[in-house]
This record gives sequence, structure tokens and C-alpha cells, in this order.
Amino acid sequence: MTFQDALLLARPEVFLAASTLVLLVWGAFRGDKAMGEVSIGASLALFVAAGFAAVSPEGTAFAGGFIADGASIFGKVAIYLISPVAIYLGDRWLVRVGNGRFEFPILILLAALGMGMMVSAGDLISLYIGVELQSLALYVLAAFRRDDPKASEAGLKYFVLGALSSGLLLYGASLIYGFAGSTHFDLIAKSIEGGATGTGVLFGLVFLICGLAFKVSAAPFHMWTPDVYEGAPTPVVGFFAAAPKLAAMLLLARVLSEGFGTALEQWRQIIVVTAFLSVAVGAFGGLAQSNIKRLLAYSSIANIGYALIGLSAGSAEGMEAVLVFMVLYMIDVTGFFACLGALSRNGKPMEQLSDFAGLARVRPGMALALTALSFSVMGLPPFSGFWAKMFVFKAAIASGQWPLAVVLLLGSVVAAFYYLRLIKTMWFDAAPGQTDKEPLDAKGVAIASALFCFPVVLPALALLEPLAKTAALAFGLK
Amino acid sequence: MEPIVTTLVFAPLVGALIAGLFGRRIGDLASQSVTTGLLLLTCGLSWMTFYQVIWGSWAGQETFTLAPFIHIGNFISNWSIRIDTLSAVMLVVVSSVSALVHIYSWGYMAEDPSRPRFFAYLSLFTFAMLMLVTAADFMQLFFGWEGVGLASYLLIGFWFKKPSASAAAIKAFVVNRVGDFGFALGIMTVFWMFGTIQFAELFPLIAAKAGTQWTFIGQSWSAIDLACGLLFIGAMGKSAQFFLHTWLPDAMEGPTPVSALIHAATMVTAGVYMVCLLSPMFEYAPVTKQIVTLIGAITALFAATVGLAQNDIKRVIAYSTCSQLGYMFFAAGVGAYQAAMFHLFTHAFFKALLFLGAGSVIHGMHHEQDMRKMGGLWKYLPVTYAVMVIGTLAITGFGIPSLHLGFAGFYSKDAIIESAWAASGKNGIASFAFVVGLLAAGLTAFYSWRLAFMTFHGTAKWDSAHADAHGHDDHAHDAGHGHDDHAHDDHGHAHKPHESPLVMLLPLVALAVGAIGAGYAFVESFVGEHRNEFWRGAIFNAPTNHVLEHAHHAPEWVVMAPLVVSMTGLAVAIYVYLMNEGMGLRVASRGGPLHTFFYNKWFFDELYEATFVRATRFLGDVFWKIGDQKIIDGFGPDGVAAVSASVGRRLSKAQSGYVYHYAFVMLLGVAGLLSYALWAWAH
Repeated sequence: MTFQDALLLARPEVFLAASTLVLLVWGAFRGDKAMGEVSIGASLALFVAAGFAAVSPEGTAFAGGFIADGASIFGKVAIYLISPVAIYLGDRWLVRVGNGRFEFPILILLAALGMGMMVSAGDLISLYIGVELQSLALYVLAAFRRDDPKASEAGLKYFVLGALSSGLLLYGASLIYGFAGSTHFDLIAKSIEGGATGTGVLFGLVFLICGLAFKVSAAPFHMWTPDVYEGAPTPVVGFFAAAPKLAAMLLLARVLSEGFGTALEQWRQIIVVTAFLSVAVGAFGGLAQSNIKRLLAYSSIANIGYALIGLSAGSAEGMEAVLVFMVLYMIDVTGFFACLGALSRNGKPMEQLSDFAGLARVRPGMALALTALSFSVMGLPPFSGFWAKMFVFKAAIASGQWPLAVVLLLGSVVAAFYYLRLIKTMWFDAAPGQTDKEPLDAKGVAIASALFCFPVVLPALALLEPLAKTAALAFGLK
Repeated sequence: MEPIVTTLVFAPLVGALIAGLFGRRIGDLASQSVTTGLLLLTCGLSWMTFYQVIWGSWAGQETFTLAPFIHIGNFISNWSIRIDTLSAVMLVVVSSVSALVHIYSWGYMAEDPSRPRFFAYLSLFTFAMLMLVTAADFMQLFFGWEGVGLASYLLIGFWFKKPSASAAAIKAFVVNRVGDFGFALGIMTVFWMFGTIQFAELFPLIAAKAGTQWTFIGQSWSAIDLACGLLFIGAMGKSAQFFLHTWLPDAMEGPTPVSALIHAATMVTAGVYMVCLLSPMFEYAPVTKQIVTLIGAITALFAATVGLAQNDIKRVIAYSTCSQLGYMFFAAGVGAYQAAMFHLFTHAFFKALLFLGAGSVIHGMHHEQDMRKMGGLWKYLPVTYAVMVIGTLAITGFGIPSLHLGFAGFYSKDAIIESAWAASGKNGIASFAFVVGLLAAGLTAFYSWRLAFMTFHGTAKWDSAHADAHGHDDHAHDAGHGHDDHAHDDHGHAHKPHESPLVMLLPLVALAVGAIGAGYAFVESFVGEHRNEFWRGAIFNAPTNHVLEHAHHAPEWVVMAPLVVSMTGLAVAIYVYLMNEGMGLRVASRGGPLHTFFYNKWFFDELYEATFVRATRFLGDVFWKIGDQKIIDGFGPDGVAAVSASVGRRLSKAQSGYVYHYAFVMLLGVAGLLSYALWAWAH
């Protein structure tokens, strides 16, 4: 493989990196008044990168460190398409709160670039580079409103705990390298198959899983989630909850299936435990929350649990379920945070559950959108969340994971309570007063994602499902 | 023929639907006219059917199948109309009394705000009753049975704002459940035994299976006795026989026309009708027949004794009804089904007359029902007085045996007593029934005349009573409900009793004619020489059953005895209530044990309250408070929800906000996962 071929495989990332640098320089010269231009440029760059990714050839480059296959293409397209939405929402939102800075789109770009690296990682080194690139951008994004103590606290917490998790991840990587003798996933798989590595390499795997579990906020590495979700700027949280989760899930899936596919029975047990814990923590923890953003943090923990159930199936069907689930969830959650970003009362964002009382009378459109999104996350047919859960459920049953399928159902039942409570509050409680007029951008995104939940999801699924199926086959599991 | 009988059965249903569904729209007058008009049509057609079946050109026994009802395997039931002498007699009784009650209600209910509902219920009841009497199989019989039960429930609780009326309605319904349970089991037994529930198919099979024995809990049971016994439990419930009688007196909470129609003349006689209809079965169930006789006799005596001590004019008549039903049952029990049906027939006239007469008194007394507050009313309600005396003469069986001339009850009651005597030769229980029948006849005479004397004779107690009670709440208590009475202030002329309007008096007169002449006119047909041509097989008597034959040859003393005892009862009543007015009250106020016992209805309500009601309530409480609330809800929805909420609270408490706590949890998680992984891999 020539260097040119390698660059061709990495064309989306190369293009993104170059654009980022150009836009950064542009912004540095023009200052914050260039925020609009930089945002547009960043969005365009992401769209182009998505286009490059979609037509990208398949293969490996840079001595196996970079992989372009069905799964990575699927992930990149999804990530690069959802990121501009985050830029669009965040840009407007920050301007409204008087914090518009041109670095915001740049940071999103960098994070997206990191995610692109994550889903393409072929060895432990590029894995770490991708994760760190993404994480560093996210730390800064969380603390983007420096003058807001809550946001700063959130950013700092995220950073400190993220550093800890990076440590775990690196420690695991070094253990694996030490026992398996390679950082390449395929070579690691070979050495495990040979049986020379013993449990040492698996020991390293547990650390690696722990590090990645932090990134997807799976229990018991979820503790940062509620605090960060509550403190960070709303559109940023919307971004956190969507693309990085997909990237990290994809990465986890790739490590486990390509690097440790032969040790499926071993890692499955770890995943099962984290999945179970995540569902339980997410479902029960949300019951006591009165802050909607914290509530959504628990909701995301539970949903990661469901995705992990799909992963634990350890089959192509399971991987497909994970991909479909994550994409549908991403759209749901983006809509949710768009609603939160859109709603405010007297200039103060509405974040408490009680703020939503009687919303149906004051803002029927938003209330309807929120209701549809809630029904969807709850898993009510025929909304998108139902289909997402059904894929996971079917995969779990097909691979004999009965207990986890039951856990999924029970978790959904418990979690349904807090979605229903939100709906009840909006439709049946008395409104405390008028809300501010919702901005068009956030409202548009909210309504668009609500419409996606139903009925757009039905034709979209017909399109998405074969793509996810092809992508899932790339992991090489049966 | 078919269009006629179909019309007569379904006309009341049409009336009920029109008045019930559109009553508010078409108004009171239209509702009343429609229901009453259709009922008069039914009545006319019924008499025509009766005439045609008995003397006319119609075949004696015919069944018209209208539509399938239930067809499951061998279990076949149809909507059908069975016309024979038995059903024709019932058609006449039901439709005549119902039509008269409809007319009477124009006056009695004139001031009630929900008359359409009342007339709709009355017509609905009539329809259900007609379905019952024309049933050709057990399922339709059961349908009618439940239909009249429903109508009875609705009508007892017609003034549903009155708590006592609601309670009485529920009581009637619940007590009837017990009977209906037996009835349903009986139907199942019949189906199990014979594989059919069609009367026409069933009856010919019975003789062959008469000796069938079933083994149950190590005991051999006569299957046919079992079936009949279970069916008789149903009859006991509907006809308010001993043990299941408690609902009938309470049912007097309903409007008086309802009491006359349902709780005197028609519905409560359904049990008697059923036993007579099933005579082909009962004739092969000797043990059950003994039970029927015994229960009937006990009821006759029990109700008569309780009737002695009651002060509410309607309750006295209610117990009298109960007692007369007892007569009918023991007549059927000794095998004289014809006599039972005859008494049913005559009783319908004079008992409806007594009830409607009582209603007239109550109406005239501004809804006063306590006889102690009446007296001397004959001057004010002369027509009512006259017909009540006729009714009383009829129920006491007044007549002259040597001339064979008397009021309606004279023929039917004497036929029953003579039948009981005729059966008593080889049958101890029949002898008991005979003695009881005589005794109860004396008691009947006493309490019936007591009612007449307390109400119409003696000094008027109502003047002072009303003056005293006026403005007091206890007046409202006896007057009861607020809506059907004349609002008391409307009557400028104080509370003077007044005669009822013509629309109420006409039915009374019509019934009085029946009470006088029904016996004389039909005695030969029902129980006399022409009975076989009359019944034409609608009632079956086993070849060995010669009770009616023997009854005709009863010795002189048996024939005279009823008259003697009832004259004795009359004499005592005259002595106590006319010659020594106030003596009855003194006896009552002394509160002797016998009076207390009778006054409190043998303490049946208290006994049931202490046993069944309390036990049921206890059981219900156990299931509700412990089973449902504590166990199912506690461990189910409530418990799970509480646990979930507390888990959620604890989880969010763990969310302390300190970074080092979070880091600690993460490290714990790593350690935990590692340990778990090592353990899991080792296995």
C-alpha cells in the first residue's frame, strides 16, 4: 500500500484536520465576530467529510493502525452528520446567552475528528489517540462557559475523572501489549487463539473495557454523567449524549470483536454485568430526579445499558442492533436537548420538572414534540425507540441472553415512570406562567426529531437496517 | 296463532324500550300511554289465547321456535314460546294483573318525577315474566327468571335515593343469588343426566331414568331427587320460602303497585309455577317432594305467625303472601299440582287486590303505612273499604261448604287442605302439612281481619297522630321517600284521608270481581271433574298419584274444618280489635316472649346477620384488606413502586458531587469487575 492509498483511506479525517486548522486560523484573525462564518465552514467541512466517508474505499492503512471498513464508514457518516446539528444548536444558543465564541465549532470539529479516528482505530495506539483527541475537545466544551461556575465545575470533574479513565485504559493497553506482544487487534486475536497469553491479557482487557465504559457512561463508571449533564451548556450536553457515545460504542465493539473475538465468552461476562448495572442505575436513579438534564443523564445511562445488551449478544445481529439502537437514540436525544435549549421562562432556561407544568397549554407544539420524544425513549410502539429496543431484544433472545432480555424489559418499565411523569406534568398540571418564545432553530430541530420518531422512522428504518447489517458484518462476528 | 302469541309476549318489551329509552323525550303522558296501551293489548290477547287453548280450536300444546339462543354441542336452547294450559293460565294472570297495575299506577305514581322509568320497568318485568312462563327449555326459563329478578331489583330500588330502598333491592338480589345458584346447578344436573334441556325432549326420558343413583362422597344419591332438589332451591329463592324468605318483607320498600304485581301476584309465584311445570320430574322425586311439602308447610305457618305481630300494613300482606306461597308449595309437594296452580290463580286476584287496596289506603293517608296510626277509615275510603273486605273474605277462604259457594280463596285453599289430608294416609309430612294448613288458615283469618279492623274500624288515630307528627321528622320517616308523596304542604285541607281517584279504583273493582268469582268459575276446571280436559297433560300425575281423587271424597269434618278455624280467627280478631279496642296494643307493649319472637320475624334477619352476612363480610375483608391490599398490592404495585423509589433516592444520594467519591466508585468498579471476571473465568 502506497502512502497515497493510505491517505485516500483516511481522506475524511485528513480533510477535517486541514479544515479545522484553516478555520482556526481564520477565527484567530477575525475574532469572535467570525463565529457565524466559522460555524458555517465547520458544518460544510463535516458534510464534505461525511461525503468522503460515504464513498471511501475499504482497507487498512498506516501499518494496520487505521481501518476503513463498513463499520467505520457507517459510524463516520452518522457522526459527521449529527455534529453539524450540534454546531447549529450550540452556536445559536451560545449567542443567545452572550457567550458566542468562534472556538465552539472548532472544538466540535476536533471532537468529531477524534471520533472519526476512534471508529477507524486498528490498534491500541490509534485507539488511544482517537479517544484522547475526542475527550480533550469535550472537556473544553463542557467548561465552555467559563464564567458559569457550574459549567466550570462540570468541565473540571469531567476532566479529572476522564484522566483517571485514560489511565485505566492505558494501563490495560500496556498489559495487553505485554502479554500479547502486539498492539494490533488482529495480532492480539491471534496470540489469544494460540493460547500463550493466559489470563494476563484478559486482565488487561478488563481495564480497557473500564476505560471505554467511562466514555459511554456505563455503570459503574457513570458517576460523572449526572453532574456533567447538569452543569454543561445544554446544546453541548446534547452533543455529549449523541455522537461520542456512538463512537465509543463502535470502538468498544471493534476492540472486543476484532481484538478479542476469540475470547467472546470471557468478555461477554464483563459486558453483561455492566449492562445490567447500567440499566438498573439508569432506571432507578432517574426516579428521584427533579432536574430534567440529570434525568436525561440517567436515561442515557439506561440506554447505554440496552446497547451493551446488544453488544453482549456477541453476534452480527447483536452488532447490527447496537448500530441501529445508537443511531435512533442519537436522534431522540438530540431532539430532547433541542427542546431543553428552546424552552426558557423569563430568560432562564427551564430545567426543573416543575417548570414544565402545563406546557401543553402554553406551548402545545413543544409539548407535543417532547411527548413524542418521551414516548419514543420509553419504547412505546410505533415510535423509533420501540424499534431500537426491539432490535436489541431480538438479538439478545437469539443469542440466548434471556436474563438480559428480561432486564431490558423491566428496566424499560421502571424508566417509563419518569417519562410518563414528564408527560403528565406537561399535559395535566397547571401552568405557572408564560414561557418565552422558543427560538426557531431549536424548535425546528426538536420538531424534526419528533417527526423522525414517528412517522419518518418507518421508511428510515428500511434504509438504515440494511446499512447497519452490512456494517455489522465488518466486525467479523457470526 | 303464532303472530298472536309473539305479539303478546313482545309488546311489553316494545313498550319498555320506548318508555325507557325515549321516555324523557316523549314525555310522561306518552310513555304511560304507550306502555299501558301495549299491556292492554297483551292482556286482551292473553285472554284470547286462554280461551282458545282451553275451549277453542287451538291445539292444547304447541311450541313456536323463534330463534336460536345457545347452540353448543348437545346443549341446545332456543327462543321459543310454549303454549299449553299451564302457560295460558300464567299468561292470563300475569298480563291481567300487570295491565291493572299499569292503570292503577297512573293514579298512584301521578306525582312521581320519573314515571317513564317506572312504567318502563313495569313493562320490562312483564316481558321477562312472559318469557319465563312461555319457556320451552331451561335456558329461557332461566333467562326469564333472571329478567324478573332484575326488574324486581330495579323496582324495589326505584326510589334509590332512599337508603332503605337501595338496601332492600340489594338484599333481594343477593338472596335470590343463593336460589339462582341452586337453580343453575339444577339445570346442569338435568343436562348432565339427560343430555337435553328441552322440556319436550326431557319429560319422556324421565320415567326410564327414575332410579338412577349417583355416588358422591361415598354416599349413593338419587339423581332425579338431586336435580329436583337443586331446582327447588331456585324456586325457594324466587318464591321467598323459609330460609330464603328474608328479602320479601324488605321488598315492600318499592312502590305499592310493584308490591302488588311482582311481590304478590306474579314473580313470587314463579317458583310454584316451575314446580308444577316440572311435575313430570317431581313425580319421580319422592324425597324432594317431601322436602317441598315440609318447606311449604313451615313457611305457611312461620309467615302467618310473623304476620300476626306486624304493624306496617304492607308487611302484613307481604307475610301473608309468603304464607300463601307456602300453601301452594305443600300442595305441589303432596302431588296436587292442580290445586297449587288453582291457588296461584285465585291468590293473584285477591292478593293483588289487597295490595292495591293497601296502596289506596296509603295514598289516602298521605303515605302513612303504620296501621296503629289509622282506624275508622271506612267512612273516608268507602270503595277501598268495600274491596278490602272482599279481599279479606277471599283470602280467609270464606264460603259455605254445603252449598259449595264462596269467595275465590274458599275453593282453592280448601282444595289444598283437602289434598294434604288425602295424602296424609301414608305420609307423615303430609299430615303435618294438613295440620299446619288448618292452623295457618286460622292465623290468616286473624291477621287479615286484624288488618281490616285496625285500618277501617275503631277510633281514628290518624287525626291526633298527624297533628302530633306534623312538622316532626319521624313523620317523614314513615312517609319515607320525598318524591312520590304529595308534598305535604300542597294539601291545604290538612291531612284528612281521602278516597283515591277513579283510575285507581277501577282496577280495584276489577280485581274484586276476580276475588269473588275466580274460584267459583274455575274450580271444576282446575281441580274438579273437568281437570283432565282442562290441563290436557300440561301437568303430569304419576299413575299412583290419586291425591285429588281422594281429596274429593274427604269426610265432612275435613271439609268443614277450614271454615271453622277461619271463623275462629275472625271471632278472636273481632274480640281483640273491635270489642276491646286497644287490647292488641296492650299485648304488644307488654312485650311477651311470643310476641317479641313473632314481631322480630323469628329473629331470622339477626341470625343471618350474625352468621352469613358477618362471615361473608369477614371473608370479604380478608380477601380485600389482607389478600388484595396487603399481599397483592403490597408486594405488587405499591411495594415495587416503593422499593423503586427508595432505590432511586439512595442512588441519587450516592451522587454526592465530590470528585473523589466518583473516582473511588470507579476504582471500586474496576476492582469489582476484575474480581468478578477472575471468578467467572475460573468457572
